[in-house]
Amino acid sequence: MRLIKGYPASLTEKEFHYCPGCTHGLAHRLVAEVLDELEIREEAIGVASVGCSVLAYEYFNCDMQQAAHGRAPAVATGIKRVHPDKVVFTYQGDGDLASIGLAELIHAANRGEKITVIFINNAIYGMTGGQMAPTTLPGQRTSTSPAGRSSSETGFPLKIAELLSTVEGVAYLARVSLHDPAHIVEGKRAIKTAFEYQLAGRGFSLVEILAACPTNWGMTPLKALEFVRDEMLKVYPKGVYRRLEK
Amino acid sequence: MKRLMTGNEAIAEAAIRAGCRYFFAYPITPQNEIPEYMALHLPEHGGVFLQAESEIAAINMVYGAAGAGARVMTSSSSPGISLKMEGISYIAAAELPCVIVNVMRGGPGLGGIQPSQSDYFQAVKGGGHGDYRLLVLAPASVQEAAGLTAEAFVLADYYRNPVLILADGIIGQMMEPVSFEDIRPGSSIDKPWATTGARGREPNIINSLYLDPEELEEHNRKLFRKYEEMKESEQRAELYRMEDAELVLVAYGTTARIAMTAVDMAREKGLKAGLVRPISLFPFPERIIRSTIRQASAYLAVEMSMGQMVEDLKLVVNGERPVYFYGRTGGVVPTAEEILEKIELMAGRNKGCA
Repeated sequence: MRLIKGYPASLTEKEFHYCPGCTHGLAHRLVAEVLDELEIREEAIGVASVGCSVLAYEYFNCDMQQAAHGRAPAVATGIKRVHPDKVVFTYQGDGDLASIGLAELIHAANRGEKITVIFINNAIYGMTGGQMAPTTLPGQRTSTSPAGRSSSETGFPLKIAELLSTVEGVAYLARVSLHDPAHIVEGKRAIKTAFEYQLAGRGFSLVEILAACPTNWGMTPLKALEFVRDEMLKVYPKGVYRRLEK
Repeated sequence: MKRLMTGNEAIAEAAIRAGCRYFFAYPITPQNEIPEYMALHLPEHGGVFLQAESEIAAINMVYGAAGAGARVMTSSSSPGISLKMEGISYIAAAELPCVIVNVMRGGPGLGGIQPSQSDYFQAVKGGGHGDYRLLVLAPASVQEAAGLTAEAFVLADYYRNPVLILADGIIGQMMEPVSFEDIRPGSSIDKPWATTGARGREPNIINSLYLDPEELEEHNRKLFRKYEEMKESEQRAELYRMEDAELVLVAYGTTARIAMTAVDMAREKGLKAGLVRPISLFPFPERIIRSTIRQASAYLAVEMSMGQMVEDLKLVVNGERPVYFYGRTGGVVPTAEEILEKIELMAGRNKGCA
């Protein structure tokens, strides 16, 4: 017998607090596997944000800083400027990154900060109980858009990958989904590529991960994954949005 | 050798000499000479100057760099400091050492660009959300601005707490001769808690989240034990003509310089005036002020505000002597003659009382 897959060294043994069917656990695991495979756990400094993943510093088995709401790319900038030889990543949700932290995100990207941003887009504020996010789909019901998001009143899903695709400091930019095994494999490849771009000193890298929030969407875990596949992917097409050639 | 420099430039030069190698800031008048000096000179010393997209980003870059173990500084002026307050609260909570410079201008709101001292409350009572304090030092000359800035890095490292240099626009803008001969990089302190990559050790975590209320209460108590130690060890003030003074002025920064002139003028008129000049604003120099109670007949706080430090003075005097206030605000600087008038009034009142 040969062990082909074990528990990632880059995850602590702390049990996740995430809800059943939440994509965070999967995304944490993929990031941890990538840190292991690139052998950078001891070089990595992660930045946790505010939202459901606020406790990420308890789960990633590497040095971590916890940032104020939306400010993770600025905190990561400070860390990376002090330790340019280390690997610095942020882990942020859509309320944190696409709403309150949009300025910090765009400017870190535009400066070409050599950091990697893992962006979890589940189209809703999870931790505060399911309020509307800038990424909420038109018509989607949330606790602050009880009749469904009205685009004429509250705008449209903010497309971060598309938005950043014109920013010159961005070296690698992809949107992936984790709704089935084939996409999980693809998603992990994108995360690994993003870290490789940082290691090569190419510039800013970001992976937008479409994620399910069964609890706040009011769906079973399975239905939520179908919603990602059938509804979110239509609004947020997967793909590589920017990639500097080697 | 002395050089003629503005306070802003002297602060920047002192920071570099004290070993500051990372500086993140956003332009705002009247402190732009600090980032400009850093942009020009920090790279010569292998340091990083980065102009942030906002005050908010700048202070969070400071958080990241401080958490990564660096000697780091930011500077701004009143409205910009308000923007930084969220980050400052996080830095204080996570116990990260850094130096913040506020070259105060008139407020509230966008206010004006002329000198002011109206951010005193914000500086000494915490300023952001939650129970915390900054160590606050207030220079009254360009030389002192340089010296206190250099020392601020050592204090920040020692207490693992942000240190605020609270200067007014005049200190920032005026030129005076300054010597840097005594400014050396303070001994670099070991920072085993910093996030530097967990090679061969357990991961380090920089954090201010405590979901368990009892843990958070204990964290607050720990912070306050630190502030108590500051109160014990860091109270500073200069006494001017206080030997036999009965009419005691209390003023800091530029206002103290003007108050000194007013004290001299009062002395020429035979009035026994003196000045206590707080150098540390937090901790407020309670012991030094208390030591003047027996000789004092009354106190006069002079500030470039509508009266902020005067409240701390009243707490210290605790009703045992009358405490008067004189202030100009909005960028208006009080004159020595105006202050003298108040001293004369105070002298008359106290004679009347006696």
